[in-house]
Amino acid sequence: MTFKYNNVYINETSTVVGPYEAKGPFSKLYDKCYKDFYFNEKTWEQAETKLIQESVEILLKKSNRKNSKIDVHIGGDLLNQIVATNYASAIIGIPLIGIYSACATSNLSLLLASNMIEANQIQNAIVTASSHNNSAEKQYRNPVEYGGPKKEYSTFTTTGCAACYLSNEESKIKVESATLGTVVDMGITDVFNMGAVMAPAAAKVINDHLKDTGRKIEYYDLILTGDLGVVGKMILKDYMKQEYNITLKNYDDSACMIFDMDTQPVYMGGSGVSCLPLVAYTHVLNKMKKGELKKVLLVATGALMNPTMCNQHLSIPSIAHAISLEAVK
Amino acid sequence: MEKKEYKKIVDKYTPDEPRFRNALIAFIIGGFMGVLGNFLVDFYSSTFDLSSKDASVFMIITLVFLGCFLTCLGFFDKWVGFAKCGLIIPITGFAHAMMSAALEYRKEGLVTGIGSNMFKLAGSVIIFGVVSAYIFGLLRLLVIGG
Repeated sequence: MTFKYNNVYINETSTVVGPYEAKGPFSKLYDKCYKDFYFNEKTWEQAETKLIQESVEILLKKSNRKNSKIDVHIGGDLLNQIVATNYASAIIGIPLIGIYSACATSNLSLLLASNMIEANQIQNAIVTASSHNNSAEKQYRNPVEYGGPKKEYSTFTTTGCAACYLSNEESKIKVESATLGTVVDMGITDVFNMGAVMAPAAAKVINDHLKDTGRKIEYYDLILTGDLGVVGKMILKDYMKQEYNITLKNYDDSACMIFDMDTQPVYMGGSGVSCLPLVAYTHVLNKMKKGELKKVLLVATGALMNPTMCNQHLSIPSIAHAISLEAVK
Repeated sequence: MEKKEYKKIVDKYTPDEPRFRNALIAFIIGGFMGVLGNFLVDFYSSTFDLSSKDASVFMIITLVFLGCFLTCLGFFDKWVGFAKCGLIIPITGFAHAMMSAALEYRKEGLVTGIGSNMFKLAGSVIIFGVVSAYIFGLLRLLVIGG
Protein backbone atom coordinates (compact mmCIF):
# COMPACT_ATOMS: atom_id res chain seq x y z
CA MET A 1 0.00 0.00 0.00
CA THR A 2 1.55 3.29 -1.13
CA PHE A 3 0.41 6.76 -0.08
CA LYS A 4 1.21 9.89 -2.16
CA TYR A 5 1.70 13.24 -0.47
CA ASN A 6 1.57 16.74 -1.92
CA ASN A 7 2.03 19.01 1.08
CA VAL A 8 4.02 17.22 3.77
CA TYR A 9 7.47 18.58 4.60
CA ILE A 10 10.27 17.84 7.03
CA ASN A 11 10.99 21.21 8.66
CA GLU A 12 13.45 20.36 11.40
CA THR A 13 15.23 17.41 13.00
CA SER A 14 17.17 16.77 16.18
CA THR A 15 19.41 13.97 17.39
CA VAL A 16 20.82 12.99 20.78
CA VAL A 17 23.25 10.08 20.94
CA GLY A 18 25.33 7.90 23.25
CA PRO A 19 29.08 7.30 23.49
CA TYR A 20 29.64 4.91 20.57
CA GLU A 21 27.76 7.03 18.04
CA ALA A 22 29.62 10.08 19.34
CA LYS A 23 32.84 8.43 18.18
CA GLY A 24 31.37 7.50 14.80
CA PRO A 25 31.82 9.30 11.48
CA PHE A 26 28.82 11.65 11.96
CA SER A 27 29.72 12.78 15.48
CA LYS A 28 29.79 16.46 14.54
CA LEU A 29 26.30 16.35 13.03
CA TYR A 30 24.46 15.31 16.20
CA ASP A 31 22.88 17.94 18.42
CA LYS A 32 24.02 16.37 21.67
CA CYS A 33 26.39 13.55 22.56
CA TYR A 34 26.73 11.77 25.90
CA LYS A 35 29.90 10.13 27.14
CA ASP A 36 28.27 7.33 29.14
CA PHE A 37 25.13 5.20 28.99
CA TYR A 38 23.35 6.71 32.03
CA PHE A 39 23.01 10.40 31.00
CA ASN A 40 22.98 11.32 34.73
CA GLU A 41 19.98 9.05 35.32
CA LYS A 42 19.76 6.03 37.64
CA THR A 43 18.90 3.29 35.15
CA TRP A 44 19.17 2.65 31.41
CA GLU A 45 15.39 2.73 30.99
CA GLN A 46 15.27 6.15 32.61
CA ALA A 47 18.24 7.20 30.49
CA GLU A 48 16.30 6.29 27.34
CA THR A 49 13.35 8.32 28.58
CA LYS A 50 15.70 11.26 29.00
CA LEU A 51 17.02 10.74 25.44
CA ILE A 52 13.53 11.15 24.00
CA GLN A 53 12.64 14.06 26.25
CA GLU A 54 15.84 15.94 25.39
CA SER A 55 15.64 15.34 21.67
CA VAL A 56 12.08 16.72 21.64
CA GLU A 57 13.14 19.74 23.70
CA ILE A 58 15.99 20.46 21.28
CA LEU A 59 13.65 19.95 18.32
CA LEU A 60 11.07 22.41 19.69
CA LYS A 61 13.80 24.94 20.38
CA LYS A 62 15.30 24.57 16.89
CA SER A 63 11.92 24.85 15.19
CA ASN A 64 10.88 27.69 17.48
CA ARG A 65 7.65 26.04 18.59
CA LYS A 66 6.00 25.46 21.95
CA ASN A 67 4.70 22.00 22.83
CA SER A 68 1.15 23.35 23.02
CA LYS A 69 1.39 24.27 19.32
CA ILE A 70 2.20 20.70 18.24
CA ASP A 71 -0.84 18.64 17.27
CA VAL A 72 0.48 15.10 17.60
CA HIS A 73 3.55 13.22 18.82
CA ILE A 74 4.08 9.81 17.21
CA GLY A 75 6.90 7.63 18.45
CA GLY A 76 8.15 4.36 19.79
CA ASP A 77 11.12 2.43 21.10
CA LEU A 78 12.22 -1.16 21.68
CA LEU A 79 11.26 -1.62 25.32
CA ASN A 80 8.25 -3.54 26.58
CA GLN A 81 5.05 -1.46 26.44
CA ILE A 82 7.19 1.19 24.63
CA VAL A 83 7.81 2.41 28.13
CA ALA A 84 10.53 4.98 27.38
CA THR A 85 8.28 6.86 24.94
CA ASN A 86 5.32 6.73 27.33
CA TYR A 87 7.30 8.09 30.27
CA ALA A 88 8.93 10.78 28.14
CA SER A 89 5.52 11.79 26.81
CA ALA A 90 4.29 12.41 30.35
CA ILE A 91 6.90 15.17 30.54
CA ILE A 92 6.63 16.41 26.94
CA GLY A 93 2.86 16.84 27.13
CA ILE A 94 1.88 16.49 23.47
CA PRO A 95 -1.02 14.12 22.49
CA LEU A 96 0.71 10.80 21.84
CA ILE A 97 0.32 7.93 19.40
CA GLY A 98 2.70 5.30 20.76
CA ILE A 99 3.63 2.70 18.16
CA TYR A 100 5.73 -0.45 17.99
CA SER A 101 7.20 -1.69 14.75
CA ALA A 102 10.63 -2.78 16.05
CA CYS A 103 13.38 -1.01 14.12
CA ALA A 104 10.93 0.11 11.42
CA THR A 105 9.26 2.43 13.97
CA SER A 106 10.89 5.59 12.58
CA ASN A 107 9.37 5.18 9.12
CA LEU A 108 5.99 4.01 10.39
CA SER A 109 5.72 7.14 12.53
CA LEU A 110 6.71 9.33 9.57
CA LEU A 111 4.08 7.55 7.44
CA LEU A 112 1.30 7.99 10.00
CA ALA A 113 2.14 11.65 10.61
CA SER A 114 2.30 12.34 6.85
CA ASN A 115 -1.08 10.68 6.30
CA MET A 116 -2.70 12.85 8.95
CA ILE A 117 -1.10 16.05 7.66
CA GLU A 118 -2.01 15.24 4.06
CA ALA A 119 -5.63 14.61 5.09
CA ASN A 120 -5.65 18.00 6.86
CA GLN A 121 -6.53 16.37 10.15
CA ILE A 122 -3.51 18.02 11.74
CA GLN A 123 -1.20 20.89 10.78
CA ASN A 124 2.02 19.54 12.24
CA ALA A 125 3.50 16.60 14.15
CA ILE A 126 6.68 15.46 15.79
CA VAL A 127 7.93 11.91 15.42
CA THR A 128 10.53 10.23 17.62
CA ALA A 129 12.44 6.97 17.35
CA SER A 130 14.75 5.87 20.12
CA SER A 131 16.84 2.90 21.19
CA HIS A 132 19.37 2.33 23.96
CA ASN A 133 22.03 -0.34 23.67
CA ASN A 134 22.01 -1.46 27.29
CA SER A 135 18.28 -1.39 27.95
CA ALA A 136 17.72 -3.35 24.73
CA GLU A 137 20.45 -5.91 25.55
CA LYS A 138 18.93 -6.34 29.02
CA GLN A 139 15.48 -7.01 27.63
CA TYR A 140 16.26 -9.08 24.56
CA ARG A 141 19.55 -10.80 25.36
CA ASN A 142 21.88 -11.40 28.32
CA PRO A 143 22.90 -9.05 31.14
CA VAL A 144 25.17 -6.34 29.75
CA GLU A 145 28.10 -7.21 32.02
CA TYR A 146 27.89 -10.86 30.94
CA GLY A 147 30.67 -11.55 28.47
CA GLY A 148 29.35 -14.80 26.99
CA PRO A 149 30.48 -15.07 23.37
CA LYS A 150 28.43 -13.40 20.67
CA LYS A 151 28.47 -14.49 17.06
CA GLU A 152 30.80 -12.48 14.89
CA TYR A 153 27.91 -11.63 12.58
CA SER A 154 25.74 -10.04 15.28
CA THR A 155 25.00 -6.30 15.26
CA PHE A 156 25.32 -3.57 17.90
CA THR A 157 22.22 -1.64 19.02
CA THR A 158 22.63 2.12 18.61
CA THR A 159 21.99 4.47 21.52
CA GLY A 160 20.17 7.59 20.52
CA CYS A 161 16.94 9.34 19.76
CA ALA A 162 16.11 11.03 16.49
CA ALA A 163 13.20 13.45 16.41
CA CYS A 164 11.64 15.16 13.41
CA TYR A 165 9.17 18.02 13.01
CA LEU A 166 6.77 17.61 10.09
CA SER A 167 4.20 20.07 8.87
CA ASN A 168 2.37 21.40 5.81
CA GLU A 169 4.66 24.47 5.67
CA GLU A 170 7.02 24.21 2.73
CA SER A 171 10.68 23.44 3.41
CA LYS A 172 13.65 22.02 1.53
CA ILE A 173 12.69 18.41 2.16
CA LYS A 174 9.39 17.01 0.96
CA VAL A 175 7.89 13.70 2.03
CA GLU A 176 6.82 12.50 -1.40
CA SER A 177 5.28 9.10 -0.73
CA ALA A 178 5.33 6.19 1.68
CA THR A 179 4.81 2.46 1.35
CA LEU A 180 3.41 0.43 4.21
CA GLY A 181 5.20 -2.88 4.64
CA THR A 182 3.96 -6.44 5.05
CA VAL A 183 5.18 -8.87 7.70
CA VAL A 184 7.46 -11.48 6.13
CA ASP A 185 8.75 -14.68 7.72
CA MET A 186 11.43 -16.62 5.86
CA GLY A 187 12.09 -19.14 8.60
CA ILE A 188 15.23 -17.67 10.17
CA THR A 189 15.58 -18.64 13.84
CA ASP A 190 19.11 -17.32 14.54
CA VAL A 191 18.67 -14.36 16.92
CA PHE A 192 22.14 -13.08 16.08
CA ASN A 193 21.56 -12.94 12.32
CA MET A 194 19.07 -10.05 12.25
CA GLY A 195 20.20 -8.93 8.79
CA ALA A 196 19.05 -12.26 7.36
CA VAL A 197 15.73 -11.94 9.20
CA MET A 198 15.00 -8.46 7.83
CA ALA A 199 16.37 -8.57 4.27
CA PRO A 200 13.24 -10.24 2.71
CA ALA A 201 10.95 -7.61 4.29
CA ALA A 202 13.14 -4.83 2.90
CA ALA A 203 13.17 -6.45 -0.54
CA LYS A 204 9.38 -6.82 -0.53
CA VAL A 205 8.68 -3.22 0.45
CA ILE A 206 11.16 -1.86 -2.12
CA ASN A 207 9.53 -4.00 -4.81
CA ASP A 208 6.02 -2.98 -3.69
CA HIS A 209 7.03 0.68 -3.72
CA LEU A 210 8.48 0.50 -7.23
CA LYS A 211 5.43 -1.40 -8.50
CA ASP A 212 2.89 0.99 -6.92
CA THR A 213 4.67 4.10 -8.17
CA GLY A 214 5.68 2.64 -11.54
CA ARG A 215 9.29 3.67 -11.00
CA LYS A 216 12.55 1.98 -11.82
CA ILE A 217 15.27 1.45 -9.21
CA GLU A 218 17.43 4.07 -10.98
CA TYR A 219 14.85 6.74 -10.08
CA TYR A 220 16.42 7.10 -6.64
CA ASP A 221 19.76 8.77 -5.97
CA LEU A 222 20.02 6.79 -2.77
CA ILE A 223 18.21 3.82 -1.32
CA LEU A 224 19.06 3.57 2.36
CA THR A 225 18.03 0.52 4.38
CA GLY A 226 17.84 0.60 8.15
CA ASP A 227 19.97 -1.82 10.06
CA LEU A 228 20.81 -4.87 7.98
CA GLY A 229 24.53 -4.78 8.73
CA VAL A 230 27.35 -6.04 6.50
CA VAL A 231 25.91 -9.56 6.17
CA GLY A 232 22.28 -8.47 5.69
CA LYS A 233 23.32 -5.98 3.05
CA MET A 234 24.93 -8.69 0.92
CA ILE A 235 21.94 -10.99 1.48
CA LEU A 236 19.51 -8.26 0.38
CA LYS A 237 21.42 -7.58 -2.84
CA ASP A 238 21.49 -11.26 -3.77
CA TYR A 239 17.87 -11.94 -2.72
CA MET A 240 16.59 -8.86 -4.55
CA LYS A 241 18.25 -10.05 -7.75
CA GLN A 242 17.00 -13.63 -7.48
CA GLU A 243 13.47 -12.96 -6.23
CA TYR A 244 12.50 -9.72 -7.99
CA ASN A 245 15.19 -9.46 -10.68
CA ILE A 246 16.16 -6.00 -9.41
CA THR A 247 19.82 -4.99 -9.18
CA LEU A 248 20.19 -2.53 -6.34
CA LYS A 249 21.92 0.65 -7.45
CA ASN A 250 22.90 3.68 -5.37
CA TYR A 251 22.29 1.51 -2.37
CA ASP A 252 23.67 1.70 1.16
CA ASP A 253 22.79 0.52 4.63
CA SER A 254 22.87 2.86 7.63
CA ALA A 255 24.12 0.07 9.92
CA CYS A 256 27.37 0.13 7.97
CA MET A 257 27.62 3.94 8.08
CA ILE A 258 26.82 5.02 11.64
CA PHE A 259 29.97 3.53 13.20
CA ASP A 260 33.59 3.46 12.15
CA MET A 261 33.65 -0.19 11.12
CA ASP A 262 37.46 -0.43 11.21
CA THR A 263 38.10 0.84 14.72
CA GLN A 264 34.88 0.40 16.72
CA PRO A 265 33.94 -3.00 18.27
CA VAL A 266 30.48 -3.18 16.72
CA TYR A 267 30.58 -6.58 14.94
CA MET A 268 28.68 -6.23 11.63
CA GLY A 269 27.46 -2.66 12.27
CA GLY A 270 24.62 -0.88 14.02
CA SER A 271 21.03 -1.90 14.63
CA GLY A 272 18.09 -0.58 16.59
CA VAL A 273 15.25 1.86 16.09
CA SER A 274 17.48 4.94 16.01
CA CYS A 275 20.05 3.54 13.54
CA LEU A 276 18.34 4.67 10.32
CA PRO A 277 16.96 8.06 11.47
CA LEU A 278 20.28 9.05 13.08
CA VAL A 279 21.95 8.67 9.68
CA ALA A 280 18.99 9.93 7.65
CA TYR A 281 18.23 13.05 9.70
CA THR A 282 21.86 14.15 9.76
CA HIS A 283 24.08 12.95 6.92
CA VAL A 284 21.39 12.27 4.29
CA LEU A 285 19.25 15.37 4.89
CA ASN A 286 22.38 17.54 4.85
CA LYS A 287 23.31 16.13 1.46
CA MET A 288 19.78 16.71 0.19
CA LYS A 289 19.82 20.31 1.40
CA LYS A 290 23.13 20.85 -0.39
CA GLY A 291 21.64 19.41 -3.54
CA GLU A 292 23.98 16.41 -3.72
CA LEU A 293 21.01 14.05 -3.41
CA LYS A 294 17.58 14.72 -4.85
CA LYS A 295 15.48 11.60 -4.43
CA VAL A 296 16.01 9.28 -1.49
CA LEU A 297 14.16 6.15 -0.42
CA LEU A 298 14.45 5.32 3.28
CA VAL A 299 13.67 1.69 4.07
CA ALA A 300 13.47 1.06 7.82
CA THR A 301 13.67 -2.63 8.62
CA GLY A 302 12.44 -4.23 11.83
CA ALA A 303 12.93 -7.73 13.19
CA LEU A 304 9.78 -8.52 15.20
CA MET A 305 11.75 -10.59 17.67
CA ASN A 306 10.32 -11.80 20.93
CA PRO A 307 12.46 -13.87 23.34
CA THR A 308 9.49 -16.01 24.44
CA MET A 309 8.65 -17.02 20.87
CA CYS A 310 12.33 -17.65 20.11
CA ASN A 311 12.52 -19.97 23.13
CA GLN A 312 9.54 -21.79 21.65
CA HIS A 313 11.69 -22.38 18.54
CA LEU A 314 9.55 -20.22 16.26
CA SER A 315 11.18 -18.26 13.45
CA ILE A 316 11.44 -14.48 13.56
CA PRO A 317 9.07 -12.39 11.40
CA SER A 318 10.13 -9.00 10.08
CA ILE A 319 8.62 -5.83 8.61
CA ALA A 320 9.89 -2.84 6.64
CA HIS A 321 8.33 0.48 5.70
CA ALA A 322 9.55 2.80 2.94
CA ILE A 323 9.53 6.60 2.85
CA SER A 324 10.38 8.54 -0.28
CA LEU A 325 11.95 11.97 0.29
CA GLU A 326 12.53 14.66 -2.31
CA ALA A 327 14.69 17.78 -2.20
CA VAL A 328 12.62 20.85 -3.09
CA LYS A 329 14.28 23.32 -5.45
CA MET B 1 11.16 -18.04 -2.98
CA GLU B 2 11.07 -21.12 -0.77
CA LYS B 3 12.48 -20.89 2.75
CA LYS B 4 15.04 -23.55 1.89
CA GLU B 5 16.36 -21.56 -1.05
CA TYR B 6 16.52 -18.42 1.06
CA LYS B 7 18.51 -20.29 3.70
CA LYS B 8 21.07 -21.10 1.01
CA ILE B 9 21.54 -17.38 0.28
CA VAL B 10 21.83 -16.65 4.01
CA ASP B 11 24.40 -19.41 4.55
CA LYS B 12 26.43 -18.14 1.60
CA TYR B 13 26.98 -14.72 3.22
CA THR B 14 26.98 -15.58 6.93
CA PRO B 15 30.59 -16.06 8.05
CA ASP B 16 31.50 -19.26 9.89
CA GLU B 17 32.64 -19.02 13.46
CA PRO B 18 36.38 -19.64 13.79
CA ARG B 19 35.85 -22.81 15.83
CA PHE B 20 39.46 -23.97 15.76
CA ARG B 21 40.79 -20.59 16.91
CA ASN B 22 38.14 -20.42 19.67
CA ALA B 23 38.97 -23.93 20.85
CA LEU B 24 42.70 -23.17 20.88
CA ILE B 25 42.25 -19.96 22.92
CA ALA B 26 39.90 -21.77 25.33
CA PHE B 27 42.39 -24.64 25.64
CA ILE B 28 45.31 -22.36 26.47
CA ILE B 29 43.45 -20.04 28.86
CA GLY B 30 41.46 -22.88 30.43
CA GLY B 31 44.76 -24.69 30.99
CA PHE B 32 46.22 -21.57 32.53
CA MET B 33 43.21 -21.39 34.87
CA GLY B 34 43.92 -25.00 35.89
CA VAL B 35 47.53 -24.07 36.67
CA LEU B 36 46.35 -21.09 38.70
CA GLY B 37 43.88 -23.31 40.59
CA ASN B 38 46.56 -25.87 41.37
CA PHE B 39 48.96 -23.15 42.49
CA LEU B 40 46.29 -21.86 44.89
CA VAL B 41 45.69 -25.36 46.28
CA ASP B 42 49.43 -25.81 46.88
CA PHE B 43 49.69 -22.34 48.35
CA TYR B 44 46.82 -22.84 50.81
CA SER B 45 47.88 -26.33 51.83
CA SER B 46 51.50 -25.31 52.50
CA THR B 47 50.85 -21.89 54.03
CA PHE B 48 47.89 -22.75 56.25
CA ASP B 49 48.74 -26.41 56.71
CA LEU B 50 45.43 -27.63 55.22
CA SER B 51 44.56 -30.97 53.66
CA SER B 52 44.36 -30.72 49.85
CA LYS B 53 40.58 -31.26 50.07
CA ASP B 54 40.16 -28.23 52.33
CA ALA B 55 42.65 -26.25 50.29
CA SER B 56 40.59 -26.84 47.10
CA VAL B 57 37.55 -25.33 48.81
CA PHE B 58 39.64 -22.23 49.54
CA MET B 59 40.84 -22.25 45.92
CA ILE B 60 37.23 -22.31 44.67
CA ILE B 61 36.28 -19.46 47.01
CA THR B 62 39.24 -17.41 45.75
CA LEU B 63 38.37 -17.95 42.06
CA VAL B 64 34.67 -17.21 42.61
CA PHE B 65 35.62 -14.04 44.47
CA LEU B 66 37.97 -13.00 41.66
CA GLY B 67 35.31 -13.72 39.01
CA CYS B 68 32.75 -11.61 40.91
CA PHE B 69 35.16 -8.83 41.78
CA LEU B 70 36.53 -8.40 38.25
CA THR B 71 32.96 -8.46 36.87
CA CYS B 72 32.06 -5.62 39.23
CA LEU B 73 35.10 -3.65 38.08
CA GLY B 74 33.58 -3.85 34.62
CA PHE B 75 36.19 -5.47 32.42
CA PHE B 76 35.82 -9.19 33.07
CA ASP B 77 33.15 -9.43 30.34
CA LYS B 78 35.76 -8.37 27.80
CA TRP B 79 38.16 -11.06 29.05
CA VAL B 80 35.35 -13.66 28.85
CA GLY B 81 34.44 -12.44 25.36
CA PHE B 82 38.02 -13.08 24.28
CA ALA B 83 38.78 -16.29 26.19
CA LYS B 84 35.25 -17.70 25.65
CA CYS B 85 34.99 -21.21 27.17
CA GLY B 86 38.46 -20.81 28.71
CA LEU B 87 36.85 -18.64 31.38
CA ILE B 88 33.20 -19.78 31.13
CA ILE B 89 33.65 -23.50 31.87
CA PRO B 90 35.81 -22.99 35.02
CA ILE B 91 34.07 -21.79 38.21
CA THR B 92 34.87 -18.19 37.17
CA GLY B 93 32.17 -18.44 34.47
CA PHE B 94 29.56 -19.36 37.08
CA ALA B 95 30.58 -16.44 39.29
CA HIS B 96 30.57 -14.10 36.30
CA ALA B 97 27.07 -15.18 35.18
CA MET B 98 25.63 -14.66 38.67
CA MET B 99 27.33 -11.38 39.34
CA SER B 100 26.50 -9.84 35.95
CA ALA B 101 22.80 -10.66 36.44
CA ALA B 102 22.88 -9.27 39.99
CA LEU B 103 24.48 -6.05 38.77
CA GLU B 104 21.93 -5.71 36.00
CA TYR B 105 18.89 -5.95 38.27
CA ARG B 106 20.24 -4.25 41.42
CA LYS B 107 18.17 -1.13 40.81
CA GLU B 108 14.95 -3.15 40.82
CA GLY B 109 15.01 -3.99 44.51
CA LEU B 110 16.60 -6.68 46.68
CA VAL B 111 13.77 -9.21 46.35
CA THR B 112 12.16 -8.35 43.01
CA GLY B 113 15.48 -7.43 41.39
CA ILE B 114 18.59 -9.20 42.67
CA GLY B 115 16.79 -12.06 44.44
CA SER B 116 14.64 -13.17 41.55
CA ASN B 117 17.09 -12.46 38.73
CA MET B 118 20.54 -13.38 40.08
CA PHE B 119 20.21 -16.97 38.88
CA LYS B 120 18.75 -16.01 35.52
CA LEU B 121 21.77 -17.46 33.71
CA ALA B 122 23.38 -19.56 36.44
CA GLY B 123 20.12 -21.23 37.52
CA SER B 124 20.26 -23.82 34.75
CA VAL B 125 23.90 -24.59 35.63
CA ILE B 126 22.80 -25.47 39.16
CA ILE B 127 19.72 -27.47 38.11
CA PHE B 128 21.52 -29.54 35.49
CA GLY B 129 24.63 -29.81 37.68
CA VAL B 130 22.58 -31.38 40.48
CA VAL B 131 20.63 -33.64 38.09
CA SER B 132 23.75 -34.89 36.32
CA ALA B 133 25.58 -35.37 39.67
CA TYR B 134 22.64 -37.50 40.80
CA ILE B 135 22.69 -39.62 37.62
CA PHE B 136 26.46 -40.12 37.68
CA GLY B 137 26.35 -40.92 41.41
CA LEU B 138 23.71 -43.55 40.73
CA LEU B 139 25.73 -45.02 37.84
CA ARG B 140 28.82 -45.13 40.01
CA LEU B 141 26.88 -46.95 42.72
CA LEU B 142 25.59 -49.51 40.22
CA VAL B 143 28.89 -50.06 38.40
CA ILE B 144 31.53 -49.97 41.11
CA GLY B 145 29.35 -50.09 44.21
CA GLY B 146 29.81 -46.57 45.61
